[in-house]
Amino acid sequence: MPDSPILSVQDLQVTFATRQGPLRAVDGLSFDVAPKEVVGIVGESGSGKSVSMYSVLGLVRDANVQINGSVKFQGREILGLSDQEMQPIRGGEIGMIFQDPMTALTPVYTVGWQIAEQLRAHSGMTKQQARERAIELLGEVGIPDPRKRVDRYPHEFSGGMRQRVVIAMALSCNPKLLIADEPTTALDVTTQAQILDLMLKLQDSYNSSIVIITHDMGVIAEMAHKVVVMYAGRPAEIGPEIDVVRNPRHPYTWGLLGAVPRVESRNDRLTTIPGNAVSPLDIPEGCAFADRCEYRMDICTKRPQLKGTNSHLDACWLSDEQRLTIRSKAVR
Amino acid sequence: MLSFSLRRILSAVLVLFAISIAVFLIFFATPGVDPAARIAGRSASPATLAHVRAAFGLNRPIFIRYLLMMDHLFIKRDLTSYVNVGLKVVPQVLKAAPITLALVSGAAVIWLVVGIFGGIIAAANRGKFIDPLVMFIGIAAVSVPAYWLGEVVNLITQSRLHSSLFSWVPSGGYTPFTQNPWQWALHLLFPWLTLAALYAGIYARVLRAELVNAMNEDYVRTARAKGLSERRILIRHALRCSLVSIVSLFGLDFGALIGGAALLTEVVFGLQGVGMLTYTALQNLDLPVIMACVLYGSFFVVLANAVVDILYAFLDPRVRVA
Amino acid sequence: MGALGVLIFIVLICLCAPLYAHYWAHVNPFSSNISGRIFINGHWRSVIQSNSTGYGESPIGPTWHINNYFLGADSQGRDVFARLLYGGRDSLLIGTASALICVFFATISGLAAGYFGGVIDWIVSRMLDITWAFPVYLLAISLSVILVTAGFSVGPIHVQAGSLLLPIIIIALIYVPYVARPLRGIVMTLKEREFIQAAIGSGASDWRILRKEILPNVAPSIIVFFPLMVAFNMLTESALSFLGVGVQPPNASWGTIINDGLELLYTRPWVAMAPGLMIVITAGALNLLGDGFRDAFDPKAKLRGSI
Ligand SMILES: Nc1ncnc2c1ncn2[C@@H]1O[C@H](COP(=O)(O)OP(=O)(O)OP(=O)(O)O)[C@@H](O)[C@H]1O
Ligand code: SF4
Ligand SMILES: [Mg+2]
Repeated sequence: MPDSPILSVQDLQVTFATRQGPLRAVDGLSFDVAPKEVVGIVGESGSGKSVSMYSVLGLVRDANVQINGSVKFQGREILGLSDQEMQPIRGGEIGMIFQDPMTALTPVYTVGWQIAEQLRAHSGMTKQQARERAIELLGEVGIPDPRKRVDRYPHEFSGGMRQRVVIAMALSCNPKLLIADEPTTALDVTTQAQILDLMLKLQDSYNSSIVIITHDMGVIAEMAHKVVVMYAGRPAEIGPEIDVVRNPRHPYTWGLLGAVPRVESRNDRLTTIPGNAVSPLDIPEGCAFADRCEYRMDICTKRPQLKGTNSHLDACWLSDEQRLTIRSKAVR
Repeated sequence: MLSFSLRRILSAVLVLFAISIAVFLIFFATPGVDPAARIAGRSASPATLAHVRAAFGLNRPIFIRYLLMMDHLFIKRDLTSYVNVGLKVVPQVLKAAPITLALVSGAAVIWLVVGIFGGIIAAANRGKFIDPLVMFIGIAAVSVPAYWLGEVVNLITQSRLHSSLFSWVPSGGYTPFTQNPWQWALHLLFPWLTLAALYAGIYARVLRAELVNAMNEDYVRTARAKGLSERRILIRHALRCSLVSIVSLFGLDFGALIGGAALLTEVVFGLQGVGMLTYTALQNLDLPVIMACVLYGSFFVVLANAVVDILYAFLDPRVRVA
Repeated sequence: MGALGVLIFIVLICLCAPLYAHYWAHVNPFSSNISGRIFINGHWRSVIQSNSTGYGESPIGPTWHINNYFLGADSQGRDVFARLLYGGRDSLLIGTASALICVFFATISGLAAGYFGGVIDWIVSRMLDITWAFPVYLLAISLSVILVTAGFSVGPIHVQAGSLLLPIIIIALIYVPYVARPLRGIVMTLKEREFIQAAIGSGASDWRILRKEILPNVAPSIIVFFPLMVAFNMLTESALSFLGVGVQPPNASWGTIINDGLELLYTRPWVAMAPGLMIVITAGALNLLGDGFRDAFDPKAKLRGSI
């Protein structure tokens, strides 16, 4: 197979033991990322997007967590590897960008030092070489006057600038895969657009794959080749971006897209689905979305499996005819 | 940075001023107490009393009294003890200070090493038996009265095991470093350990808590995602950030100890430091000496606080700009 | 849990000492008994015996008979064990009462400074700064030297020399900044929170907001601080008493008993060791309890550094 996936997640389960009982943050997530592919993960707050991607890199540090399933990176199982075994992968082969740039950098070191630290962890660079490369990288991510900025501390940067630093750091070792956890949520609108453009440009020149987590269907429409829609820790719908956006199959995705008046406008948040997100502590036995679903049927008390044609899958008991009639009525 | 330091020092001077007033008020304006009788000591003759009244201007307005007092202490430096008649107070304090300094500095080295090491070990082994063990020892250490621990040490090294295991332990007192460095260290060893025990316990507990907090910070997750080793994350990132609060704690404690809080250890081990001076004065109700010691002590506390704040700015780049 | 059990046990045996210690010890723990004799193991022995060297005399050592000088006698011929129980009453009383007073004043000043800000905050903070900058023991010593042997009177209030109230008040006051500072910080962050802002916006009176919104939210921290303060204060009391400026005779506390035992350290070590052990156990239990409270109520509460 020429296009064997770079990352393959199979039936990922993440459960936290809490005082109120087990909390299933991720339940049965499966998807593949092909080389140079951009995969978008969408879902409401608390749907398990961050937790699932932290699990991939072994970054969930909680004594009460139980992680099952399989995560293969370039064909090699990496779930359950020790920190030591993960070291070359983290930062070297898989870069990660975090949700909140304000707190992602260590406050007591200059940004240049922090980028150089990563470079030196993965290559035999000398201090001087690493510093030069850090300056180059800062320039590449669009920080003006990088030679001067390299010795500044994180608190002297704005949020957008810090996110650029984090991106520079994540890309510093030419990772094959970049995981970006809501890289723009904390930023203002213009900065958001710049950061996304930057990521696309860099993906192009570094030939990496990207997994991008977002709340924002507009971001998906602009960047992603493939979409994973998550609800309450479970995949609700997975498919090529065109199919999912043009021809969504799951009622939850309908809600998400309905909240975006025009697919081109990128800044509307997915907030207008009636009802509240289900509490992760008591997700129903059957379809997790049942409480908020207009089209609930008797069978929905049983859990729907992901199924579908080709690569477009969804987890819903509605038949194709039912979906057609509902959609035609809704679209009119 | 410079202006920050200057401002900090200015405020330290102001606090010192306020403290000198507070001390003055405690000793000279406490309701229902005759200051002359207190200064002159027990069973002073009427002549002495009259002399004290005149010297401290006790029948003049209160702020003149304050100025006179400060004059005796800092300008003329001729404050004398009325208990040990004729003994000048200020030179005595200056003579005792090096002993206190030696005691506290040595102990500080020990407790920093032990405390930081203990804190790191506990934090690095969270969830294993060694963490609660270190923390339990820490609790025990902070629950022991320092002077009592000193007595236990004395009992063991000077009496019970003195003829066998601890025959090399000198019997109390102090040998100046310049005279014999080896004896100096030998005399101070157990006082150091005793004084350090409490603070090592505190520091291990504080540092562990700080480290555990730091290890939950976002920047630690970033560091891990960069592919750094756990040890490097703990030491270079978490510890480096926690050091800021350790340093500020250290400044306060060091200042307070130099300023007299080491008194109990000095008394128990018979070291003639400032604390001992205060203690002896206390036994004789020798007020001028006590007053000088208290002021001397607060001077060090305030100084230490100022130094800490400036050091803090060095350690934490976020403070510098402000 | 174990800590709580130990604590309750110690408190009970000390508080109830007047009920039973008398029957055990057969002697008054507060009056000297230099010429007393006791019947032990079939022999009559003097409480104070001449030394075998011929020089001086020593009190009797531990008999390990619970009703007869269990831990021996001090230089006045008093039963150390009975004194230990009675002394514990004063140690615990001073520790608890001063912690209560301290927390009370600290709560008032911390809340006022944090909530009202402005001038009140400035005044309170500066006062706290100054007390903070004093070496705690020296401050306590200065106050004690002046007050303990003479008592004091302000207006209608007269406190007698040697009264237990003096060490209680002194210890309470010197630690106010230790508690008030963190509380002030907590209130300041609370005040920015939405529900407080909403309450302020709705026109509720300051008093009502402080009572109904702020106080319940700082209460967990206060609960965490309390056992730690009791331990802190007990240790301070014992140090002051050891120096002779804390509890004054005829009252006794664990600190004064250690002081009494100092001259007997090498001959009759139990006189000084026993009260020290009691302090260690009690303070240790209180510290463990504080840690437990912290985990249960307020993991972020910090008294001093992170303690
Ligand atoms: N350490 C933890 N212990 C217990 N529950 C946790 C822990 N970490 C995350 N969770 C829970 O797991 C669920 C998924 O969280 P996650 O952060 O993945 O959501 P998310 O989809 O990234 O949301 P957002 O868009 O707000 O970032 C949430 O309900 C969260 O409360
Ligand atoms: S399975 Fe049933 S409840 Fe769930 S989304 Fe489909 S129709 Fe709605
Ligand atoms: Mg998230």
